[in-house]
Amino acid sequence: MRKLALSDEILLSVDKAARYIGGEVNSVMKMDEDGNIDPNVKVRVAFDFPDVYEIGMSNLGMMLLYNMFNEREDVWCERVFSPWMDLDKVMREKNIPLFALESQDPIRQFDFLCITLGYEMCYTNVLQTLDLSHIPLLAKDRDDSCPIVVGGGACAYNPEPLAAFFDLFYIGEGETVYDALFDAYKANKAAGGSREDFLLLAAQIPGIYVPAFYDVTYHEDGTIASFEPNRAEAPRVIQKQLIIDMEKGYRSIKKPVVPFIKATQDRVTLEIQRGCIRGCRFCQAGMIYRPTRERDIQTLKDSAREMLESTGHEEISLSSLSSSDYSHLPELVNFLIDEFKEKCVNISLPSLRIDAFALDVMSKVQDIKKSSLTFAPEAGSQRLRNVINKGLTEENIMQGAADAFLGGWNKVKLYFMLGLPTETEEDMKGIAHLAEKIAEEYYDLIPKEKRHGKIQINVSTSFFVPKPFTPFQWAGMFTEQDFIDKAKVVKDEIRAQLNQRSIRYNWHEPDVTVLEGFLARGDRRASQVILKAYEKGAIYDAWSESFDYNIWKEAFAETGVNIDFYTLRERSTDEILPWDFIDAGVKKKFLIREWEQAHKEIVTPNCRQKCSGCGAAGYKGGVCVESKN
Amino acid sequence: MKVRIKFTKEGPIKFVGHLDTMRYFQKAIRRAGLPVAFSGGYSPHMIMSFAAPLGVGVESLGEYFDLELTKTIPTSQIRELLDAQMTEGVHVLSARKVEDGKAGKAMSLVAAADYYVVFREGKEPKCVWRERIQEFLAQPEILITKETKKGTKEVDIRPCIYQMEQQEQGIFMKLASASSNYTKPEAVMNSFCSWLKEEMSEFPWMVKRLEVYADLGSEDNHRFVTLEALGEEIE
Repeated sequence: MRKLALSDEILLSVDKAARYIGGEVNSVMKMDEDGNIDPNVKVRVAFDFPDVYEIGMSNLGMMLLYNMFNEREDVWCERVFSPWMDLDKVMREKNIPLFALESQDPIRQFDFLCITLGYEMCYTNVLQTLDLSHIPLLAKDRDDSCPIVVGGGACAYNPEPLAAFFDLFYIGEGETVYDALFDAYKANKAAGGSREDFLLLAAQIPGIYVPAFYDVTYHEDGTIASFEPNRAEAPRVIQKQLIIDMEKGYRSIKKPVVPFIKATQDRVTLEIQRGCIRGCRFCQAGMIYRPTRERDIQTLKDSAREMLESTGHEEISLSSLSSSDYSHLPELVNFLIDEFKEKCVNISLPSLRIDAFALDVMSKVQDIKKSSLTFAPEAGSQRLRNVINKGLTEENIMQGAADAFLGGWNKVKLYFMLGLPTETEEDMKGIAHLAEKIAEEYYDLIPKEKRHGKIQINVSTSFFVPKPFTPFQWAGMFTEQDFIDKAKVVKDEIRAQLNQRSIRYNWHEPDVTVLEGFLARGDRRASQVILKAYEKGAIYDAWSESFDYNIWKEAFAETGVNIDFYTLRERSTDEILPWDFIDAGVKKKFLIREWEQAHKEIVTPNCRQKCSGCGAAGYKGGVCVESKN
Repeated sequence: MKVRIKFTKEGPIKFVGHLDTMRYFQKAIRRAGLPVAFSGGYSPHMIMSFAAPLGVGVESLGEYFDLELTKTIPTSQIRELLDAQMTEGVHVLSARKVEDGKAGKAMSLVAAADYYVVFREGKEPKCVWRERIQEFLAQPEILITKETKKGTKEVDIRPCIYQMEQQEQGIFMKLASASSNYTKPEAVMNSFCSWLKEEMSEFPWMVKRLEVYADLGSEDNHRFVTLEALGEEIE
């Protein structure tokens, strides 16, 4: 049997030891019982999700790449997650190096350490991973014996705050150029090339950004003066990578790894499309994953069956942005219900636009008495919804709610954002008014004897964080106090409503939001703050139980970096933004136009209604091609 | 048909707790394609019951659960189908048909279990301990403090130790394991070591469960039979 990296005594003294043992069903072993690695393996990859096992194992992107890398005979890709805080402490005390789950070998021995960056609040965990792996935190301090540290995922669209810690970033979808990267690595190794030689080769692969090959200078006011390659091999613009043909390019997972312990998403995840036609102006995913590309319905049916059979999971969920826009959604959902319901497989529906179809399938797969309707108006007034280009009208919501009430539902969830550009007090109060209107609709529509108790409306607000490559990338944010005041406006207005006892309100903590805003739009100078915060003990910032804003405040003070410069300031559209060197498909010209339309409260039609010339058509795929047929 | 499954749990998977072991088998049963029976309702669950929970870190050569199937199939086939779905350290040793009713309630049948305990390297008691097991057992009573919902209470576990002897490098014991008198091997070992007046370090021993029994005799005259023996193989 495999020898574990941690002793029994350590594993018995930490919470959920099964996080660290590997060996799960469908995990890939390219090593025999005696610990000899398959001689075909030439490149060893440690793929890290910098959060705890249960979160990381719920990540679709990681599982897709794990599957794809391991299909190569010459690559063995293994998984790494952040040790929870209890084990973190033990590993530091005993100087135990971080290891990969499959072989249990130290990460330091690997050729690559690929870290997926799903959200900004994992950045200190990135440093934890490097630190526990005994890899120098700063890329410039690494020698030929260290793995190549690669960053990818949504946060790689602004890699600059992490530039100092990574050897290279992969911008875009992983399916396209990893093969070229591994081939270049092998070729360089065979030729006896150095680490730097490899990075020069990598920099010439489309989508690969090697931060060391670029220099940034700043104006006196702190804004960027120039961003220039310092090597002839490094391209001026990094082109986002994506699959153009979803049939040929998509690498379906046949055998997802089945965790021993319950992952956050303990089920089969079926990705039905990438991208979104909607163009909500606050939404980064809706911009950077353009153009919308659908997967073939028959392929999806086969894949669903194959993954349910290979995992034994009792639930399947669909994954995509705005799932209701998938052309064959009714056919797919009805297939899943007909095929798997009697095998007692739960169909977990994504958030659907509430219409007759949605209510019909919801009634088939959920207990109406227990389930709730979800609406995400995002803003409380039609004016502000026009600003953010959220095409959901009050009429849509009231109609959906009315149909649902008649169908027997009486629980409603409403999601909003506070702090959106141009927001007024009236917009905030509109949140309370909308909730009240829904409550009144229920009592008007459903006679007393037919009600299943009181209506329950849950209103949640989060604070808006401007993200790169969105029309709101220039927007200013607010201070923590402003955010608290905004939440109070909503709270007081809800309390002033007739049906206030049916409405519950909760809001997110503002300090995490402000920090997220800093990390999302930071430049290279942000890395010293992250490093300082980590050195002072910041870790697991995505977890409220461990997030300590005071550490970060000290880190800002000690590094002299002014957070307000990054968060509060509205940028001018001619400023050089830290991520301008990336071509994400959507062009700056389009984003500026959208920023202006937002201020004029003018809605932009979705991609299926009318092409708005965002620039993603340059990829010649998905909806951009389909609309021309 | 109700079928009783016997399996092993050794190696790294010993760190997977009881509830997760149940989930592991639920998924394995689906992968094996066994015609399993479900309860009704909006969140149906497989009709299965585990005999005796195994603590985290404890290995076993004799774990059991009962499973309700909607069809009768040869037991050898059930064993093979399920065994083909196992991961490292878990083997399905047998599948036996059990009758509904008394013999078919794995959990309530459990009366005793065998364990093998061995000290970890360098963590053995310093004194001569092997020779003193008999003397330990010869005590009129062996009191331990048990945590209960209302606080702690003193319990005599001597009657619950059916057998305890040195075997190879470690200690073999047969302990009472019904819900009313369930006795942990760790409790016996703690009591033994403190009786030896030994200062023990953390996690000093490894425990392996060997077998689980029902009692077909009486309180004064036990007749222990393995849970497996209560079922039969069918073609």
